[in-house]
Order: sequence, then structure tokens, then C-alpha cells
Amino acid sequence: MAKYDFAIAVGGAPGQGIETAGKSISQICARYGLNVFTYTAYQSLIRGGHSFLTIRISSEPVANHGDKIDLIIALDANSVEKHLPHVAPGGALIYNSEHVKEPPTRDDIQLCPISYKELTNDPDRKARMLNVCMSSVALQLVGIDLAVLEEIIVLALLKRTGQAVVDANIAAARASYDYAAEHFTPFDVQFERQDPPLAFGSGNMLMAMGGAAAGVKFYAAYPMSPSTGILHWMAPNARDLGIIVRQCEDEISVVNMVIGAAHTGARAMCATSGGGFALMSEAIGSAGMMEIPIVVVNVQRGGPSTGLPTKTEQGDLWQVLGASQGDFPKIVVSPTSIMDGFNTIPELFNLVDKFQCPGMVLTDLSLAEGHTTFVPDSINWQPKIDRGELITEQGQTDGEYLRYQITDSGISPRAIPGTPEHMHVVATDDHDEDGGLISDEFTNPHKRRDIMEKRQRKMEGIVELLPPPTLEGPEDAEVTLIGWGSTHGVIDEAAQLLTEVGIATNHIHFKWLYPMDEDAVNEVLSKAAHAIIVECNYTGQFARFLRGETGFKADGHIRKYDGEPFMPHHVVDGARELLNSKTDLYVPYQEIVV
Amino acid sequence: MARRARRERPIQGAPTARDFKGDVNPDWCAGCGDFSVLNSLQNAYAKLGKGNHDHLTVSGIGCSSNLPGYIKTYGMHTLHGRALAVATGAKFANHELNVVVTGGDGDGYGIGGNHFIHTMRKNIDLLYIVMNNETYGLTVGQASPTTIVGEQTKSTPFGNLETPLNPVAMAIVSGATYVARAFSSDGKQLAELMYNGMQHKGFAFIDVISPCVTWKKEKMKIFDYWKERVQSLESHDTSDKAAALAQAVKTGHETQLGLFYHDTSRQSLNEMEPVLENGPIAHQPLGITQEQGDAIVQRMM
Repeated sequence: MAKYDFAIAVGGAPGQGIETAGKSISQICARYGLNVFTYTAYQSLIRGGHSFLTIRISSEPVANHGDKIDLIIALDANSVEKHLPHVAPGGALIYNSEHVKEPPTRDDIQLCPISYKELTNDPDRKARMLNVCMSSVALQLVGIDLAVLEEIIVLALLKRTGQAVVDANIAAARASYDYAAEHFTPFDVQFERQDPPLAFGSGNMLMAMGGAAAGVKFYAAYPMSPSTGILHWMAPNARDLGIIVRQCEDEISVVNMVIGAAHTGARAMCATSGGGFALMSEAIGSAGMMEIPIVVVNVQRGGPSTGLPTKTEQGDLWQVLGASQGDFPKIVVSPTSIMDGFNTIPELFNLVDKFQCPGMVLTDLSLAEGHTTFVPDSINWQPKIDRGELITEQGQTDGEYLRYQITDSGISPRAIPGTPEHMHVVATDDHDEDGGLISDEFTNPHKRRDIMEKRQRKMEGIVELLPPPTLEGPEDAEVTLIGWGSTHGVIDEAAQLLTEVGIATNHIHFKWLYPMDEDAVNEVLSKAAHAIIVECNYTGQFARFLRGETGFKADGHIRKYDGEPFMPHHVVDGARELLNSKTDLYVPYQEIVV
Repeated sequence: MARRARRERPIQGAPTARDFKGDVNPDWCAGCGDFSVLNSLQNAYAKLGKGNHDHLTVSGIGCSSNLPGYIKTYGMHTLHGRALAVATGAKFANHELNVVVTGGDGDGYGIGGNHFIHTMRKNIDLLYIVMNNETYGLTVGQASPTTIVGEQTKSTPFGNLETPLNPVAMAIVSGATYVARAFSSDGKQLAELMYNGMQHKGFAFIDVISPCVTWKKEKMKIFDYWKERVQSLESHDTSDKAAALAQAVKTGHETQLGLFYHDTSRQSLNEMEPVLENGPIAHQPLGITQEQGDAIVQRMM
């Protein structure tokens, strides 16, 4: 079977059906069993502006949106002008000839003009079926069966619009498909069916699904891009799955509701982005103080402040590490792929239940709103669920109970409200073993020290359970790329590309960020060659954190903070430049501007 | 030294207020109105006839918010202003618990004002008791959201310029379905309003005039100050929202006490939640079935 790696992009104004076209093309490829990764560059507007969706399609697994675009669907005149240079040589551009006065010129690509009116006889000036026409042309050029497209049109439209609209769209699809067959040259790459057919979803969807699998019973949110996808999955699915979903007045309410539900015995979760997370900070500390297990997801967008609502960044690391006043046990994890987002949620719930502390998932737009295909059976719907030392019934203890009992592990068995004979008060003021306040007139330095040490001892147990990163790729390398969280896929590909051009490169990637096992991490880092830390922020937040935790100083840094995610060549070019120059910082240039 | 574990004893026979006495004695100033609120709450809990563990008392931060420590139920002493949000989550996790929220005017009407409005709108089944003393007591006497115009406090030495908010009127228009005002000196009425508020299916709110004897210039005479200003609601139809509002806007020397508004027609938010039909989510098995999971993946193909 032929190997190929092909990208289709769709450009247009929001409201032109870019997402629908992108979803349909992706779903068709998934049904073909092809691997897909998508990224949408868009703006914080309801109508107007411009969106550009990249769909990378490959016979092999893909974990980023790639470097090149073979075929562009230009839904409007702006897209023709803007994206003509972005088509790779040998590629094609599909556009509506009615949109342009002067046809675009490029002699190293195939230009594929269609006439919407001729193909559809649609009198509606809004040209609602243009996305279907152009998608059909694109799919014809890569050898997709028209029948699969028709299936998807029925699936996407029948419930929402009815038979008449479906019929019109199918007619438009057939006319466009036939037109392409007659007038344009197909690509050398022709998509072939692979087994098995794949499913297709976003990072937000998979984190929400991971929550359902982990036993989340209470989910609360305030809408905030780019985390809203989790709410949008939870809201329609929750009733069937026995999950309560609440939209709250603000993120402060969100996290405090989650704390109330978690304390009362439900696994509870919430998600937000940087601004909402800032509002949640005080309460995250209160979960640490009251020893209540919660999971908070921060889907980072560009900061500071309102920042870049629809763009990606890894700029909240220090915010999350430093969230809330004082010292308290906490866990910070950053999923390394969309599928890892699914698995991370049950893993983190088991840890926070065991250690009775807040757990924070730090991801970003590129992963949360990125979509990927996956093997349907690869989802583990029955992950291990360990609730730790939880008292839910009378008789689990002999009736003698101290909520914050001083123990060697720092873990005190947790009775949930409603359990007979285990009454206690949890407090955000510091307290003794029995929950009695040790602030105000009762302040007692010895009790304070005992309870602080008890809480912090939990960190020793946590760090033992967090796997340190591993060295991926050749042991003997010239360059070691170091990254964290969402960038695993792009750095991994860059390492392979560098190795292919003769610069042997390996990769160390961090998923569990805090607490960090200094010795275990240093052991891995000691194997690093010329070390380059790759991250999506200005100040090198992870580089500074890693140095603080381990004393490790990298040789070079590749940083991006323009809002767009890394493409593999950004990292490849950076590594080469850093090897060959005296500078220690490379900031890639973003070629595709939307 | 580890503290010796305490053995809880179940209530023998019908509960009394004594059964709800906490392990810690209140550290409120002698004469504080909050003592009476605490006694009334213990009486109301006892009258409800359940075990200690069937109640959850939730508070924020402030003098009055120390209350959960002085009462024997499950308790949460949460962040300043956030008690209603925490209590809402707790009620959703186990709606069989009787969840009562206590706090002060700074906590509830100031820093927690947003949650106050929205929790009433949601009409979740909670009883919210605010010990309103028109001052920030624990921070030693600044103006609060209910401090009257002109009053000199540590933060308003030249007199308060801002109009106080009217919590009872706010509650009526914000969607609370049981709205009352009481005076801490009348413990009998207070306990009765609390008991009825606990029985009410929906958001019940009681603004309690609970005078501060330390930071008000009247000191112990503050009770006399209030006695001159309060009157009991008489021949009032509690199902009439407009009439309730008309009574609520009377302040100063016409401050009304009693039940202003009681709407039994609206379902509480937790009653409307279909997920709770199978019992509290805190008691449900965790995770989803393979069949449910397969159906989810099928929809992604």
C-alpha cells in the first residue's frame, strides 16, 4: 500500500461552512481509515474575519498539522489572494471563478476554477452549497468515492434540514464531482481505503470523554474559548451518562461548586482558559487546604489578559504552578497528545482522590481544538478507578474519627457528608487534626507546623507515582529537543526530520510537570546532547521552571509566541540555526497568516 | 502529639437543640446577636428530626461564618463570599442532605453578591441565613453593603456616602422562593422561619438583623435602636410578589419582620435535574458502561 502525507486546507469567512467542510472531509478520510490531524486558525468574531482550516491526511499516524498544504479550497476571493502562495508546488487551488476578476496565476500548481451558479443553479446569493461543491472537487482529485461523500452529506444535514436540502446538496456534489473529473487532473496521490475505519474527535471532546470514563458526576463551566468544547460535549451527553452539568455565573462559582460536589463525594471537574483560571486561583488553594480532590483543566490561549482568545500559547505554566497563596500539595499535568488527553483525566482523578488535593490539567488550543482520528477500540472506557481512603458508610472506622489525622503518608481518611458518626468541619482557615481552627485566638505554632508537614508529606507520595520523562529516539544524538505537553507530536516529527538530514536528534518530553522528581529527571537530562527547549511562550517558562527544579541549563531555546502553533519545520530550522550560530534563542517566522 | 480521636455518639431518641451543640464554644463578643441565631438554628435542626450527619452547614468568612464550628453537623467553612457556590455543588452531589448556608452581610452581599443573585435565580434547594449586622466585624468595623448613609465607620470617617442595598427586595426580584427577615432578639420566630425554610423546596432566604455590639457606636443599646425600628408583617399575603416587594422596600423605622414571600409553584433546580432521579450522584457507580462508550465512539465515525 502506498504511503502518503497530504494536506487539504479550507479558507473562507466564518459562516461559509468551513467547519462543516473540514469536518466532512475529515470524517470521509476517517471512514477510509486514513489518519487525520486538523488545526483551524480563526479569529474571535461571530461573522466576518477569516478562517483557515488545515486537514493533514496520512496513511501513517500524524500528530500535528504538518508543514505543507497540497490542496486549498478557497471559499472566498480573500482566500484566493491570501493563500495562493501557500499551496505547495505540484498542488492545487480550488476557487469560484465568479469571485475573482482576474484569475490567479501560478504555473507550478493546478488552478481549479469552478462556477457555483453553473454547477448548482442555486439562485440564493449566499451560495450555501459552495463548501459542498468545492469539497466534492477536492475529493475527486484525491480519488475518494462519491458515495462516501453522499453518506456524509446525509449524516450532516438530514436531521437538521430535511430531505429537500439533502437532495440539493447531493445534486451539487455530483455535478461538482463530475465537473472535476472532466476538467481537472487528479493528484498522483490517490487515497486508498485502510482498515479499520477510524473515529474522529477533538482534544476537548476526548478530555470530556476521559472525564466520563473516570466517573465525573459533576461538571461546571463558564464559557471561555478555547475550553468551551468540553462544555459542549458534556452538555448534550451528560443526562444519558448520569453527569450533572451546570453553567455558572463566573469561574469563581464554577470551581467552588466543583469543590462542594467533590467534598460531598462526587468526582467533579471543570475547565476554563487562563483568565478563568486566574479567577479560580483562590479556590484551588482552598481545595488544597480543605484537602478536597478536584480536577481543573486550563486550556491555554494567548495571554496576557484577554490576550488572543482564539490562538494558542503555553503561557500559563507559572500561573498554574503558582496559583493561590501559600504552600499546598497539588499536581500539574500536561497531556502530550489528543488521545493522551483522554487517558490523563482518569489518571489524574485517581491521584487527586488518593492524595486529596487539586489536580490541574494544563493544555492549550492547539491540542484542545485540534482534531485527530483514532482507532475506535483504542479507547479504554473502563479505566482503573481508585478513590483512595474514602469513608462513605458507618462502620468503616470504629467510630473514632479525625478528619485531618496526622499520618506518615500525610493522607487522612476522608469521610463524605451524610456518613453517620463522622461529622467534621472542613475549613479554609488552618486547622488541627479534628478540623478545629488554629487561627484566630487559638493560633498554635506547633499545631500549625504539624498540619503543614502532614499536608506536604503527601507530595512525597505523589512524586513517587509520577513517571519521569523518557529519552525518545537514538541514545547517541547530536541534538536533544526538550518539550512539554501539547508539542510532543510536532517535536517528535522534527526530531525525525533532523535525523533524516544527518543531525541525529532525540527528544525528552514532559507530561507530569509538578511535583518533579529532581533525581529521576536529572538522570534523564544527563543523557541529553546539545539541549534545546522548545516551547510556545516568550520568557521560556518551562526552561526556567526546569532549571529551578533541577539546575539544568539548556544550550538553546526555540520559542514561539505569535499565537500559531509550531509546524515541524519551525523546530527543524531552529535546531539547525542554533547548532550553527552563537545565539541561544530562535524564534520561528510564521509564514501562514490568517 | 497526635490528638486523640473523638468518638461520635448517635442521637438517642428525638433530637434536641443540645444534640446540635458543637465541640467548640463561639468566640463571638458577649452580647452579639449571632448567639441567638446559632441557638435558633440548633432548635430548627432538632425540630427537623434527622441525625446530625443528615445536615451540612456551609459558611464563608467573617464573624458569623464561624458558625459551622459551633454546631454539630457536617460543616464547610469555605472562602470569603463563596459559600453559596460550594453549597450548590454539595446539594447537587447529595440532594438528600439538608444544606444550610450561614454568613454575614459582607460575605453574602459584598464579595459574594454575584453568587447571591444567581443562586436565588437558580432556586436550588438551600436555606441561606445572613446575619446582617451592617458592618465588617472581623476586620474591625468598616462600612458594609448594608451600612446606612451617613454612618461613620473606620473606612468612612466622614460618613458613608453609598446607599445600602436591600437584601430582602433583591431576593424577591432575583427569584428566591422563600424570603423572610427576622430580628435575632426574637429567637422563637427565627427558629420557626428557619424550620419552614428548611422544609421549603427551593431557595429559602432569611435576612437576620443580628446587631454588632462592638463596632456600632450604640454598643449594647444597638438592640434598643433596632426594637424602635422593626414591626411584624401583618395581614400580608405571602403569595403576592408585588405586595411582598412593597413591604420589603420599607426600611428605617418601618422595617418589616416575618415571611415576605413564599412561592410553592416553582420546582427547585435539583428537582428539575433528571440525573438525580436515580438518587444522589455521590452514591452512583462511577464511570460509564462499555455500551455507552461504544455508542459515543460510533457517533464520532
